[in-house]
Amino acid sequence: MKIGTNNILEERKGQVSRKDSEEFAIDCEKASLAGSVSQRACVFCGSRVVLYPIVDALHLIHGPAGCASYTWDIRGTVSSGPELHRLSFSTDLREKHVIFGGMDKLYNTLIHLINKYSPEAAFIYSTCIVGVIGDDVDAVCRKVASEVGIPVIPVHSEGFKGTKKDGYKAACNALEKLIGTDEDAVECENGINIVGDFNLAGELWILEEYYRKMGVKIVARLTGDGRVKDIAGAHKAKLNVVQCSGSMMYLANMMEEKYDIPSMRVSYFGIEDMSQALYDVADFFDSDDMRSKAQELVREELGHLLPMLNEYRSKLEGRKAVIYVGGAFKAISLVKALRLIGVKTVVVGSQTGNKDDYDIMARLCDAGTIIVDDSNPIELANFTVEKDADILIGGVKERPIAFKIGIGFCDHNHERKLPLAGYLGMKNFAEEIYSSIMSPVWQFAGRYDEGEDL
Amino acid sequence: MSYNIKNRDKVEEEKYLETPSTNACKQCAPLGASLAFRGVENCVPLIHGSQGCATYIRRYMISHFREPIDIASSSFAESSTIFGGGANFNIGIDNIIGSYSPDVIGISTSCLSETIGDDVRMLIREYQAARPGKELPFFLNASTPSYKGTHIDGFHAAVRATVERCCELRANDLPKYNNLVNIFPGLLSPADMRYLNEVFEDYNMEVMMMPDYSETLDGPTMKEYEIMPKGGTPVRKIMSASDALGTIQFGRVLGSNASMGAGEFLEDKYEVPDYKIGIPIGIRETDEFHKTMRKLSGIKLPGKYMSERSRLVDALIDGHKYTFGKRVMIYGDADMVCGLTSFACEIGLHPILCASGEESPEFEFQIKEIIARSNTPFDEGPCIISGADFESIKEVSAEMSPDLMIGNSKGYYISRPMKIPLVRCGFPIHDRVGAQRVLHVGYHGAMQLFDKMCNALIEYKQENSKVGYKYI
Repeated sequence: MKIGTNNILEERKGQVSRKDSEEFAIDCEKASLAGSVSQRACVFCGSRVVLYPIVDALHLIHGPAGCASYTWDIRGTVSSGPELHRLSFSTDLREKHVIFGGMDKLYNTLIHLINKYSPEAAFIYSTCIVGVIGDDVDAVCRKVASEVGIPVIPVHSEGFKGTKKDGYKAACNALEKLIGTDEDAVECENGINIVGDFNLAGELWILEEYYRKMGVKIVARLTGDGRVKDIAGAHKAKLNVVQCSGSMMYLANMMEEKYDIPSMRVSYFGIEDMSQALYDVADFFDSDDMRSKAQELVREELGHLLPMLNEYRSKLEGRKAVIYVGGAFKAISLVKALRLIGVKTVVVGSQTGNKDDYDIMARLCDAGTIIVDDSNPIELANFTVEKDADILIGGVKERPIAFKIGIGFCDHNHERKLPLAGYLGMKNFAEEIYSSIMSPVWQFAGRYDEGEDL
Repeated sequence: MSYNIKNRDKVEEEKYLETPSTNACKQCAPLGASLAFRGVENCVPLIHGSQGCATYIRRYMISHFREPIDIASSSFAESSTIFGGGANFNIGIDNIIGSYSPDVIGISTSCLSETIGDDVRMLIREYQAARPGKELPFFLNASTPSYKGTHIDGFHAAVRATVERCCELRANDLPKYNNLVNIFPGLLSPADMRYLNEVFEDYNMEVMMMPDYSETLDGPTMKEYEIMPKGGTPVRKIMSASDALGTIQFGRVLGSNASMGAGEFLEDKYEVPDYKIGIPIGIRETDEFHKTMRKLSGIKLPGKYMSERSRLVDALIDGHKYTFGKRVMIYGDADMVCGLTSFACEIGLHPILCASGEESPEFEFQIKEIIARSNTPFDEGPCIISGADFESIKEVSAEMSPDLMIGNSKGYYISRPMKIPLVRCGFPIHDRVGAQRVLHVGYHGAMQLFDKMCNALIEYKQENSKVGYKYI
């Protein structure tokens, strides 16, 4: 069956909007529609991706082996030290445990693994069946924690208890239990927490370097290249700088309430948002020194970068892109970043955006742009063909859609191996878009049809 | 011959089933079932459970096959877990029909829907009953709780359920075949399946292959994007399975419940003779396959294959010095490991470890039998691990000084620190292109595997020599 023969499912129509002269409206923050082949994962996934980059913690998935198997070393997040996060631990529950309960196995597993690997903390993720068979995971965690003397923190991430976003929340709740537990932590002047960056391909290190040059200190990384001890002392920071706000704003709000730490939303993708982030932090500390250092940094970086981008722009001007990513704030940055290199966004969507996010997208985009929440392969393929796009920006699950249509693809998901944040990231991003669109392979694509002669 | 036998779960008898897994060497059952359903023509797989199951499994398979793999989910909410997944099931089916207009929907279950006791067969009946007179897709369903067995069990369960269902609902206007053979190839690559189809053509036999994802998971680029990729075995063809002259089932182990295979079902119920043979990897197992083909077709080995076989033997002779005595660790799905071990023994490699995440006692038995018949000169038999995880493989590998690893891409983290080559075979291959094109079966497949293994060893030798030889 070919595309174009199907309309958007009735129940999903509100989640697709076209920017036109009328007032913009879109439905979002809904559970995925059964049978729609949503690109979203589940609650467990949301928790797993947020906590995964804490590199010196034990991440134990309580359930049958599948959930652990699919998330083994799944993120391109890197560590400057321990790599315990790259092992995939599962209680590997069997039928016996489904009937008689898995608490004993959980307890034995925890004791065994903690003795073997000496982690700084342990996170215990509940999967679907744990929520059904009634294991008291909290009780086991308390018992183990009192016996081994490290934080053993349950993550209530049963797959069916909401959407991926609820998984972010469950992860934030787990982090909340850890934050503030380092009582010896000292106040940190000019100290910030980097929140919602996961150090994919070492991106966080690029940002850290910028902050270091400005004289800003990093208290805790949440969670890229994260360390349990730093996170336990995160309450000593003066400011939470939150990227990927969809996943971590909940934590920032909680810290504001509990520890009186204000927060700001930033994005490190593209020149405008990256520079704005540095200026905003300087403004927060109300420091002329920081401000002038930030200006100097931006000037220097742009001096190298802009001529390169202009070069790409001359080659890419007028090309069209489809953006479909997990977080809406990133999608917004990408629209701007693409504009810098002459590429127009014709479709933009996310798995987990909220009304505010989509309103910003609508304001930012040109008339006619399709804005979509929680989309699926058929819709994405339809939109991409309708808009005659040249490139799709998304994750592994979106890649074959682009390739089957015969257009370029840029991986901007958490498996990426190429840093796309910061000024270096903007350069990489431009290069990636350029090399994907310009590949000579597209001239051969999409030519085959049954019975066709050469 | 001395063996070192390990079963991760039986280290201490009283702790049976109490060992956790670290870096699992298995995936869960719904993955195998969904993969099998992708080999039925115009079929959309549905996993009855939480949204994440479908999405994770899609991502895992897309990284291997590099093709669109749409799997629907009934997207359980908290209320589905309390009141049953029936309501979401119905919405899910409605929407699959609305979006894809499939001929078939292949439903597997997750651990969640199994634990709360949803009866999928009943849900299907209710769905059908509520829509009298409406033309609905053909429904297939397999019970695949992930706390029981592995992705391989899910795969075989879906194949059996499909064959059972199709035979039960057999249409009465099916074509009459007098040369039909069923083949249940197991979890092979699209290239393998394409090759097997050619073999049947060369024997002038009609084939019913279940599943056949040679086209659906290795498709061309088309003028227009296709929501449902072409290919796969039509349900009507599967309905004819009971008319076949015989069934060939690849697999010496066949999961943890080998007596429940589709071949057994057809033999027990319809008296279709069942030929259970190993996956035809290497000379001996491929010979066995062609002998079975001769039994079923009455046709002697076509000349094409005799010359393929001869060229293979010639190639093995050319390269035998590079492979002899090299210590090899083989791991992955049990039947794939059996086939690769059989081939490894034929080319003088010395298997020192054979490991699978599957837990069938049959695995150990079959590996021993393969080694015993192979006339290998080595006194030390392999360490055999069933129920393996990758950490258990890594731990034993430390004392084994292996030269080569053969298996899926997940073993890379073991081969990397040891700085030894890894030849990627089977499923999954997530760090190379061309997983769908790896040909394992037949004389031709053996030749390709041999070139890869041999060249990996040569490259290792060349890279590690001070001289930098240009001739090897």
